[in-house]
Amino acid sequence: MTINTEMKVRVAKIRQVADKVKRFRFERVDGKPMPVFSGGAHVIVSMRDGKALRRNPYSLMSSPEDTAGYEISVLRVETSRGGSAFLHETLKEGDELTLSQPVNLFPFDHRGKKHIMMAGGIGITPFIAMMDQMEREGRAFELHYAVRTRSHGAYWKDLQQRYGAHRVKVYCDEEKLFIPVQKVLENQPLGTHLYVCGPAGMINGVLGKARELGWPKQNLHSEEFLAPPPGKAFQVKLAKSNRTIDVAPHQSILEALEANGVEAPYLCRGGACGQCETGVVSCDGELEHNDHFLEPDDKASGKKIMICVSRITGSAVTLDL
Amino acid sequence: MLVAGIKSRPVYSGLNIDIHAKRHLFALEGEGALALIDQVKAAGADFLKNADILYVASGSRAEDHDRKLAALGADTFWLAPTIPVLLNRFHVMLGQAHMGTRIYLAGTEGFIGQAQQVAMNHGVDPASLHTEHRGSAARRVQCVHCKGITDSVTTSPYTCTHCGLSLLVRDHYSRRLGAFQGVCIDAEEPGTAPKPEELFP
Repeated sequence: MTINTEMKVRVAKIRQVADKVKRFRFERVDGKPMPVFSGGAHVIVSMRDGKALRRNPYSLMSSPEDTAGYEISVLRVETSRGGSAFLHETLKEGDELTLSQPVNLFPFDHRGKKHIMMAGGIGITPFIAMMDQMEREGRAFELHYAVRTRSHGAYWKDLQQRYGAHRVKVYCDEEKLFIPVQKVLENQPLGTHLYVCGPAGMINGVLGKARELGWPKQNLHSEEFLAPPPGKAFQVKLAKSNRTIDVAPHQSILEALEANGVEAPYLCRGGACGQCETGVVSCDGELEHNDHFLEPDDKASGKKIMICVSRITGSAVTLDL
Repeated sequence: MLVAGIKSRPVYSGLNIDIHAKRHLFALEGEGALALIDQVKAAGADFLKNADILYVASGSRAEDHDRKLAALGADTFWLAPTIPVLLNRFHVMLGQAHMGTRIYLAGTEGFIGQAQQVAMNHGVDPASLHTEHRGSAARRVQCVHCKGITDSVTTSPYTCTHCGLSLLVRDHYSRRLGAFQGVCIDAEEPGTAPKPEELFP
């Protein structure tokens, strides 16, 4: 099942909130309310950039109860594949684009007694919505937020003002301050959950430390959306529909299929959710698995591929589509 | 007579000591003592210096398992007279426990289910509990009609100790209640229930 009831929205407001970070507010063109979402949810933003159709996932950061509009924050990535450059440099207030329904792959565990969030850089965004929800529900939480410089870090001042410096701790690389992961994780009461969002190195480091300190994996949560890494061009052969499609170096398989009118299922487009898992019939080359979803066994079997972020090194792959 | 393939049927995958845990808390009942003793044989006794053991003998009183457990030399060992008293102490200990404490439950299914309820109320994900079924296969069953719970049910059908209906014991399990579900077997024609079979000795 793919949820494809997309919403046409207008850009209501664009604001520069930190170095290289812009905040966008979207409201529905038809004036209807947005669905209420849960903290940690994301939407897929579809952008028509000249000839290219770009679809990227962004975490929702507005209040989950605000049905008048959705807000996202976008970091301008130096090596942008086009999405963040388009949003930062081309998109204007009043422009229209399309949003998917919200999908939550990073919800907080409602059974938890306490919630600890660790954010690195732009990884702060899902936590802004989560904290809004937790505060309203009267839940115990704390945020540890690592930023490169005070001016790069979005929202830390607002968050400290709103929730207090005892619950929002900011660590600044430039000031040689880092999240004291061990100290934070030691001696947390039973029933505490940990959530990490940021660069892969940070997620792996924090979760590894938590496991070392005896935290069970059920209490550890993370989210990282991957951009499909570029590679060499290759061909995708579709076994069922008997078609051959070219995948360009900067295109994902999913994007190449869509550009050729093939609708494949997807939800996160970032290698996290598993929705786009596709059977591999044969591969003339090596599969390059870039996702977080498939188990190592599945990756090694060569029978499955997540077409949103993974590709091949070689000439052609035949998919069960 | 059991309906097979019901997903809620609990699976107990063994106590398996987690070497990363900073503290090990064991709640054991009856033959469950042997599950821990087997772990010590397999994994060595190192973890015991950070271990607390709560034990209730229940039907295994004559086996003297409590002496064997006390002799293991864990950090603390406490022998409870009954399951409710053990669960109360377990509850108090969980209130003071930290993340990094691994919780191990072993004994009959009814005991594991009740201890799991206590842990869940402390925000513990049941999947993070290490459990091992030892001893009798007797079940703790809820009558779905009167909601009365009967412990140590060994037959199906059985007669509800609360309302007297003849109940088929299903594999359908409630984690919230820590009990299997018993459903009236002769609702159409009362009095035609088949003879009880000893399915859970």
